[in-house]
Amino acid sequence: MAPNENSATELTALVVDDDRQLRMIHQRMLNKVGVKNQAVENGKEAVQIHCSGQGFDLILMDKEMPLMNGIEATKELRSMGICSTIVGVSSHTKEKQIQEFMEAGLDDYLVKPLNLAKLRSILDKIM
Amino acid sequence: MDGMVPLQKQILDYTASLFQEGYLDDQFNQLQELQDESNPDFVVEVVTLFFEDADRLLNELSKALVQESIDFRRLDAHVHQLKGSSSSIGAQRVQRVCISFRNCCQEQNIEGCLKSLQQVKHEYSLVKTKLETLFQMEEQLVAGRG
Repeated sequence: MAPNENSATELTALVVDDDRQLRMIHQRMLNKVGVKNQAVENGKEAVQIHCSGQGFDLILMDKEMPLMNGIEATKELRSMGICSTIVGVSSHTKEKQIQEFMEAGLDDYLVKPLNLAKLRSILDKIM
Repeated sequence: MDGMVPLQKQILDYTASLFQEGYLDDQFNQLQELQDESNPDFVVEVVTLFFEDADRLLNELSKALVQESIDFRRLDAHVHQLKGSSSSIGAQRVQRVCISFRNCCQEQNIEGCLKSLQQVKHEYSLVKTKLETLFQMEEQLVAGRG
């Protein structure tokens, strides 16, 4: 059963998105379901935060970002041995684009915008 | 609805009309679900970010379309951002115009892009006015309770 705000969990998450609106929304969703979280603005920062020694159970990875996009960041994290659940979050719906992102090392892919139901279904799989 | 003050009912009816007329979709409901006592201004905060981003992007799009040599990839990137931003708050009509705008960018259709820009500005102006009205009504309700 997915956690809720009244019963904080030990799960942690990282939101990787260059859009500040989406960072705000996704972080609020994670707070609502009791998941501690941080946010970074691009793939490069996502890699750097892992290099600093931090780890997360769940990474919500946007696709299109400056400096390092979601595909590059996912490949880099997997090559570093990061085994977290990485879920791609993007507005792309074309099969070829989704496949390219999945092949980078995603565990799942969700179409933006996220909602609480989609998030809970992901957390159900992790817990 | 018996215990409801008239303004509360007005707000509910007005919000319902925004959904019925297609200005907003279910994503706006999602934002409202995320608002609670610990985050009482969440919806206003997120929508304010949308207004700021949209104003900036529409300005960029207007400038891009008067250049001698139009950079359609850059244009498309801005429209993609605006589409994402509008969909994240449930601004359905803005999002839909952005979809057809992107098609024009990808076809490098200048006339189509110019027309789409006018359409997106129009739809954005409408939803912005409607949301500002809604927020003013909600402020009045809170002030009345205080």
